[in-house]
Amino acid sequence: MPYIPNTPQDQQAMLEAIGVGSIDELFKTIPDELRLGRELNLPPALGELELTSHMNALGAANTPAGQTACFLGGGSYDHFIPAVVDMISSRSEFYTAYTPYQPEASQGTLQAIFEYQTLITQLTGMDVSNASLYDGASATVEAVLMAMAATRRTGRVVAAGSVHPEYRQTVKTYLTNLGTELVTVDTPKGTLSPEQLAAAVDGQTACVIVQQPNFFGCLEEMAALAQVAHDAGALFVVAVYPTSLGLLARPSTYGADIVVAEGQALGNPMNYGGPYLGIIACREQFVRRMPGRLVGQTVDRRGRRCWVLTLQTREQHIRRQKATSNICTNQGLFALRTAVYLASMGPTGMRKVAELCLQKAHYAADRLTQGTGLKQAFDRPFFNEFVVRVADGQVDALVEKARQEGIFAGVPLGRWYPDLADCLLVAVTEKRTQAEIDRLAALGARG
Amino acid sequence: MRNQQATKLLFELSRPGCEATVLPECDVPARPIGELLPAEAVADAPLPLPEVTEPDVVRHFVNLSGKNMSVDTNFYPLGSCTMKYNPKRNERLSSLPAWADLHPYQPEASLQGMLEMLWHCQEMLSEIAGLPAVSLQPAAGAHGELTALFTAAAYFRDHDPGRKKVLIPDQAHGTNPASAAAAGLTAVEVKSNSAGLVDLDDLRAKLDETTAVFMITNPNTLGVFDPQIGQITKLVHEAGGLIYLDGANMNAILGVTRPGDFGANMMHFNPHKTFSTPHGGGGPGAGPIAVCERLAPYLPTPIVVREGDGFRLDFNRPKSIGRVRSFFGNVGVLVRMYCYLRTHGAEGLRRVSENAVLNANYLLARVKHFLPVPQGDRCMHEFVATSSKLKAEKHISTMDIAKRLLDFGFHAPTVYFPLIVPEAMMIEPTETESKATLDAFAEALFRITEESHDLLAEAPHTTTISRPDEVLAARQPRLAWSPEA
Repeated sequence: MPYIPNTPQDQQAMLEAIGVGSIDELFKTIPDELRLGRELNLPPALGELELTSHMNALGAANTPAGQTACFLGGGSYDHFIPAVVDMISSRSEFYTAYTPYQPEASQGTLQAIFEYQTLITQLTGMDVSNASLYDGASATVEAVLMAMAATRRTGRVVAAGSVHPEYRQTVKTYLTNLGTELVTVDTPKGTLSPEQLAAAVDGQTACVIVQQPNFFGCLEEMAALAQVAHDAGALFVVAVYPTSLGLLARPSTYGADIVVAEGQALGNPMNYGGPYLGIIACREQFVRRMPGRLVGQTVDRRGRRCWVLTLQTREQHIRRQKATSNICTNQGLFALRTAVYLASMGPTGMRKVAELCLQKAHYAADRLTQGTGLKQAFDRPFFNEFVVRVADGQVDALVEKARQEGIFAGVPLGRWYPDLADCLLVAVTEKRTQAEIDRLAALGARG
Repeated sequence: MRNQQATKLLFELSRPGCEATVLPECDVPARPIGELLPAEAVADAPLPLPEVTEPDVVRHFVNLSGKNMSVDTNFYPLGSCTMKYNPKRNERLSSLPAWADLHPYQPEASLQGMLEMLWHCQEMLSEIAGLPAVSLQPAAGAHGELTALFTAAAYFRDHDPGRKKVLIPDQAHGTNPASAAAAGLTAVEVKSNSAGLVDLDDLRAKLDETTAVFMITNPNTLGVFDPQIGQITKLVHEAGGLIYLDGANMNAILGVTRPGDFGANMMHFNPHKTFSTPHGGGGPGAGPIAVCERLAPYLPTPIVVREGDGFRLDFNRPKSIGRVRSFFGNVGVLVRMYCYLRTHGAEGLRRVSENAVLNANYLLARVKHFLPVPQGDRCMHEFVATSSKLKAEKHISTMDIAKRLLDFGFHAPTVYFPLIVPEAMMIEPTETESKATLDAFAEALFRITEESHDLLAEAPHTTTISRPDEVLAARQPRLAWSPEA
């Protein structure tokens, strides 16, 4: 066995020291009738060379995005990742450590998380960030639970139909068990109307969830929506696409109470959907309702600045069923990656990435809809993602033809929006070139 | 030559004009931003992020890495966390573009290798659990627990809506009651008896027609396999409840006994413990769950199904609880888990558990003479020692010992857990440590128990910082750097 260092002689000496004759004797507390009594039925063991060949052979049946022109988005994006991010996160002093329970032996992880928390407050404009959650959807759920606790309202949660459908499905799963109603306000024009929102909120509404840019890539009228939420005494929960914040107004400027985000775009591979990074940040007044880990600054006995896990009385290992959340870890390694990414990009890099995304997406939208028979489904301002309507019943054929030509053309929306069954969500990042966009447009023109 | 210097924060390294990343010029005709976006949607100032160069970033974070203890640098016997060696082949393979550079919404025809791998993960976990249906969606152990409770709650809404009570032993992880609360169920504690096992009388007294689930960690958090498990599952099943197995301690029983065979109806795995995916300084992990036949229709959507020679995602599951997160799951973790399972095979997994149990019993035999182990002379993969005698006689606490161990180059065990043992020290060596390491650890532990109170009270002495003021951190929370501070 490759990872078991003890030799048969070691094992014998250990058994003698324990005072038993065999390893089997150590398992005698497990009643015989509960023993498996056979080997597990698993595929045979592979050595490293065989495993590598096997994974390469199996992997050959996948088409990595890097071998295509990838126009897929919808919460996961093909952004460029600087080499320093992979290099730092492959330091095994980081990735083989655990939650920093012993601060004296974990200052590396603790300081990196403190820096991550700070970078997230700088990115969002909010007062406090935690050490991260699982992903954008779970961060949205936790924001809802925070809002319910903070407002003491458990009757209703209102979400725009333009919020990522999988985030809404996740919120619904949680709320079903708590008896809270999730009201979704449809967005047939691509964005949420403040009037319709006003009709959906009531005196028992804990929060309003809006995404900016929204799932369709469109920009919502955030200040007006925040006003509606606040007028009803509800909190304004905002899901943002962090890359867009290089250019767009930070959520603190338009009244967000809790900000969540999928952090994948900040230096993390697409990984077929995970692991990702759940970003959550809030105003100061909600800090004691924050779920998950928080790192705080303090001093050691000699007065030196250092960092520890703090405000742990919110957490499950102390509060048990009264905890703010059942979450006990964060996504430490991905928080680290994100910190390295944001440090590498800086204000200038973030601005440039956002501008490249914006310009290329608008070029793509023009090319795709000029003389091709395709139309943009919504006429709202957008950032780097937009919805195009394809001729009746042709979405799947277009996606398949594109795949065969090495293009991931977009995400078909029919799975979540029956009214948009003929629509494709197209995302354009800084990695897409004019030539790739022109190829996509040519494909669209052929129909 | 470890870097012992106080490290500045990134923000203190910032110098205006520094850049670490240079992006290409825009290759499409650019239009004024004012034409594309409404003025009120655009930020009026650049982000206040630090400005540093690439060498600044690298030296900063590499120096930080040197301030951690980790499995690759130190023995890390953190009980209940199974800090075993993380194989490098799994890191390399899972980061290949064929596995890492896949978008969650790319066409299934371009994902057949991924879906096949995930299907095999479902099959292998089902076999190891002895339970027929698996969801790979949950993102962590606690998330798996919660997902399983959602699944059970949905099952009871259909079949017996009055069942809202979750019974949990007093020694359980805090996530168990927290998950029950998050699932809208009521957590009720069941006592342990003097042997550290479930008190059957207390269990009987609390079982009734409102009981939904009994959550049990077996082997338990004392590292003991509860031999009453057959009786427990019989009692709970007769009362109409379901058994949830917290799979945190699966490293002790792989291929020896299966939760499904000893009566569990649902369980979660911790791939970051049992199947050696890296802990990452606190994640990411994953929390796949396995359930019995009658709960299978309620599992989250989607799952991977095989059709002929192909694989696809099944979204048509009308009784499903829905989603517990976005996309498929923590796939990067599952790829590593798959590599681990394929490296070991059936015999290899059994040997993992045998050696984990051997190592723990050996260490127990070495330390019990100077640090009492209330549960007795045998354990499974971990054990709980107590320093309450030292505390009474020499005022040496478990925390003092934990801190002093750092000076000897060992990470501390889990301390003050489980809550039912005073001055608890929960030690889990794992199978990837050698006898020589265990001997050195036992020797260090013994020396520490002989040291003076004064020396221990000020420990650790050799780390980059001494004990931090945690009270100050909580009373005056400083959770982000600010220029004026």
